[in-house]
Amino acid sequence: MTGAGFGAFVRRAHHAGRLVVQPRMGMSSPQRMRAGLLATRDADATTVGTLTLDSYTRVGDLESAQLAVLEGVDLNGYPLVSHETATTRRVLDGIHGPQFPVQVRHGSAAPQHIFRALTAVGLDASEGGPVSYCLPYGRVPLRDSVAHWTESCEHFATLRRTGAEPHLETFGGCVLGQLCPPGLLVAVSVLEALFFRRHGIRSISVSYAQQTNRRQDSEAVAALRSLCTRFLSDTEWHVVVYAYMGLFPETEHGARRLLAQAAELAVQSGSERLIVKTVAESRRIPSVAENVSALEHAAAVAARTVRDPLEGTGTETYAEAYALVDAVLNLDDDLGTALLRAFSEGRLDVPYCLHPDNAGLSRSYIAEDGRLCWSDVGKMPLSGVVDARPAHTVTSSELLASLSYVRRSFDDHNALS
Amino acid sequence: MSNPLTPAPGDQPVLVAGGISDSHTWNLVYLQLLVEEHGHRVVNLGPCVPEDLLIGEALLHDPALIVVSSVNGHGYHDGMRTVTRLREHPALADVPVVIGGKLGIAGPCGDEESAALRAAGYDEVFEESADGIAAFRRMLDALPQRALV
Repeated sequence: MTGAGFGAFVRRAHHAGRLVVQPRMGMSSPQRMRAGLLATRDADATTVGTLTLDSYTRVGDLESAQLAVLEGVDLNGYPLVSHETATTRRVLDGIHGPQFPVQVRHGSAAPQHIFRALTAVGLDASEGGPVSYCLPYGRVPLRDSVAHWTESCEHFATLRRTGAEPHLETFGGCVLGQLCPPGLLVAVSVLEALFFRRHGIRSISVSYAQQTNRRQDSEAVAALRSLCTRFLSDTEWHVVVYAYMGLFPETEHGARRLLAQAAELAVQSGSERLIVKTVAESRRIPSVAENVSALEHAAAVAARTVRDPLEGTGTETYAEAYALVDAVLNLDDDLGTALLRAFSEGRLDVPYCLHPDNAGLSRSYIAEDGRLCWSDVGKMPLSGVVDARPAHTVTSSELLASLSYVRRSFDDHNALS
Repeated sequence: MSNPLTPAPGDQPVLVAGGISDSHTWNLVYLQLLVEEHGHRVVNLGPCVPEDLLIGEALLHDPALIVVSSVNGHGYHDGMRTVTRLREHPALADVPVVIGGKLGIAGPCGDEESAALRAAGYDEVFEESADGIAAFRRMLDALPQRALV
């Protein structure tokens, strides 16, 4: 198959037997942003580029982003909305194209300004979702986020009239970064993909973030693929695996080994794309050189790994994800309304999430074997599906131990993993 | 500005808030548990707390302490904005306010930035480290506690 755009590029690479690897990368300076994109493109790996936006642009505080641009203050990402359109076009000139598509990554629950800005500079790929970019990360009411994302998807989909194929990736498989059991991650990722599809997007990727147990991660990606085959049969889709998003190992060997496992998970599970992390992750925002090193390490591991996906539907992770997706789809014909009802009734409930629209009754823990499990499913429709083990109230030091479980395991030379 | 070690009467909560542009949550969940274990009630405002919301909640709750936590690299700039606005309110001129986390884009912020944050109105600045946590715990121990019965 041919075709321009982000989804088509990833599909071609997959058919050629190559894993697409991608950094998170955003600098406020246009010159440094361009240099970062060039370095990503020229890395010894099959890559796509990233424009990660700064936090002010993400929360819609454009005044602060603009002020930083005027004063030359460094931000933690590229202020796409505040730079002139011509400036960003120069950043992308000769770089972004069919051989090196660039994705805009942002994290906004009200992303209309971001979609307007990215389409204005000729870009056609982004990510997020009405749930995953709202609940754990900010204060925007879920109802508003659903409305904002509806409007944004429908605006973004109009790019198809120009012959482009706008691409959106769900962030739902990464909710909370860590300690969210995979069944819920898979369910939210699938539901957000369906939300995009119903609002006109035809090229979609579904995310899943590496968690605490290899086998459970493989089951989760297999479940995700099975559910997409079932629910997105008329849509171009691929799976993007994220290297672990929680507290990253502090040692170089630990960080590289964890990234290698993410690359193995991606290839073995038949996934098409991987978002990498770097050895600097535990300390600060990584440099371009550290990102290139991570991309090349992941690509090298991927090249020597064989596709060997698990059967998707026979696991508890699949049963759990299916039960959640099915319950939500049955709440209302309009998926936005169904998602709102699901959260207000606690049928979807993200553990430890502080957002007022999340029920907050569910809790998770890491079992002896490293699997992420529920200690309390709250009101989610998982009775008979999940064997929740009631736990005592978690203390701050136990929480810290759980949050640093992966860091500890991978920093320790002798630990099995 | 009052010393945060000065006892304050009554059941005043500790307000926990993420930086204006900071979406991270785990630091806030951890802080809530830690502060509760030291015998204080917590009002957790969650991530991405704008100045006006923090000021409104502080006026409403009359907290024993306000803890601002930031790990996204904007902590220094966001933190300056927050405390400057907060200290403009006469009713909040003396409430103890501390900030901590990963406060600079390039990792920890330096002594100069820490001093500027203090000068702008923070009673303490904690860098993310074992020493930082230990110092924060000592400060919590020194706060007046509500009855644990």
